[in-house]
Amino acid sequence: MPELPISAEAGPAVVLELIYRLKIRDVMTSPTITASPGETMRTIQYRLRDNGITGLPVVDDDQRLLGIVAMEDVISALDGGRIGDRVDALMTKQVIALEDDMPLAFAVTYFNRYSYGRFPVLDRDHYLVGVVSASDIIRALLVAMNAEVQRLEEVLAERHADDAPPAEGEQRLSFPIMRLDFENAGKASTEIKKLLKAHGIDAATVRRAAVASYELELNEVIHSEGGTLSCNLRDGVIEIIAEDLGPGIADVEVAMREGYSTASEWIRSLGFGAGMGLPNAKRVSDEFSIDSAPGRGTVVKVAIAYKL
Amino acid sequence: MRTSELGTRMGFTPLQETYEDRPLSGAYTSDLLSDVMGSAAADAVLVTIQAHRNTVAVASLVGLAAIVICNGRPVPEDMLEAAAAEGVAIFLTPRSQFEVSGLLWADLGAPA
Repeated sequence: MPELPISAEAGPAVVLELIYRLKIRDVMTSPTITASPGETMRTIQYRLRDNGITGLPVVDDDQRLLGIVAMEDVISALDGGRIGDRVDALMTKQVIALEDDMPLAFAVTYFNRYSYGRFPVLDRDHYLVGVVSASDIIRALLVAMNAEVQRLEEVLAERHADDAPPAEGEQRLSFPIMRLDFENAGKASTEIKKLLKAHGIDAATVRRAAVASYELELNEVIHSEGGTLSCNLRDGVIEIIAEDLGPGIADVEVAMREGYSTASEWIRSLGFGAGMGLPNAKRVSDEFSIDSAPGRGTVVKVAIAYKL
Repeated sequence: MRTSELGTRMGFTPLQETYEDRPLSGAYTSDLLSDVMGSAAADAVLVTIQAHRNTVAVASLVGLAAIVICNGRPVPEDMLEAAAAEGVAIFLTPRSQFEVSGLLWADLGAPA
């Protein structure tokens, strides 16, 4: 069995997010074609052929998993003159199984670690509920990735639609921000910082603006469906606006609390999601506002005064 | 102590040497990037195990002089490329954050 060409440890964040969000029950084949321990290997040979598959889980009357019987076992039985033997005499009894509520990432790791073509899937109570093969995973990932690419394209199209020219005497920078795009996270803030420096604004004020824009940028990367980060410079005020497309914040007061975060485990392992983003941004601002509700986007506005 | 002396005096391995060699203002130890963002001083050295390019983005925004990656964590190539582009020095050491902080404390002292 060739390895799956993806990994649960590294790769584009969008793919990582998918394989941790999808559960094995979302991709497995169910109900499952099974074998009984008392059937003959000949019966199994026909069942594999008729269904166009290469292996079957062997279960008792209660759907408890007893073993796996595969095409290779049928071939050995044919070679050894044992094709009339009972399944339970020739099946593999040391079976590695997955559980239905594990993330898909576990299945990817198992396929890359063991050379099996399929894994039986058990529920919480250890009853057989399905089988997952490499092609199940590939099909599910293709569907999920297609949906994700389509969504990203829509976000981009929407973004180009509301580009308006800046007002007289105003300097404006605006950047698209993609969900979970850690590759480019921080680039918008770096550009904003350069603009402020080039404008001759003092280092301490530039730093405050950099902190605010970075925190808002990372919030969009980590928590939003994507959005924009803009910086307007006018009348002695740096205004930084983070506007996203959703999903919105249920309780803004809780979200503003230091240490509160909804970031997932792997995002935390990168050093994000400490629950300090919004409090940090507010602390460096002269004016701070946040407007959000579930089902629509979030708009955070920060204003910092400067003197030249 | 200057940035380059993290290699010559502290014995950390320099991995990225495109930077402006300047006096260090102090050091900050943390693996939480928001914490670094909020608390680290400009021209300081960051002591961390977060070996990825997002750490460079934070360092550049805060104006850090250098990053010391501890516990011999592997440093990916794209982190070094980002650091070269931003002029942030990167050093690697098998020592822990605790040991590195101790060494830097003895030399740089408490933050002003």
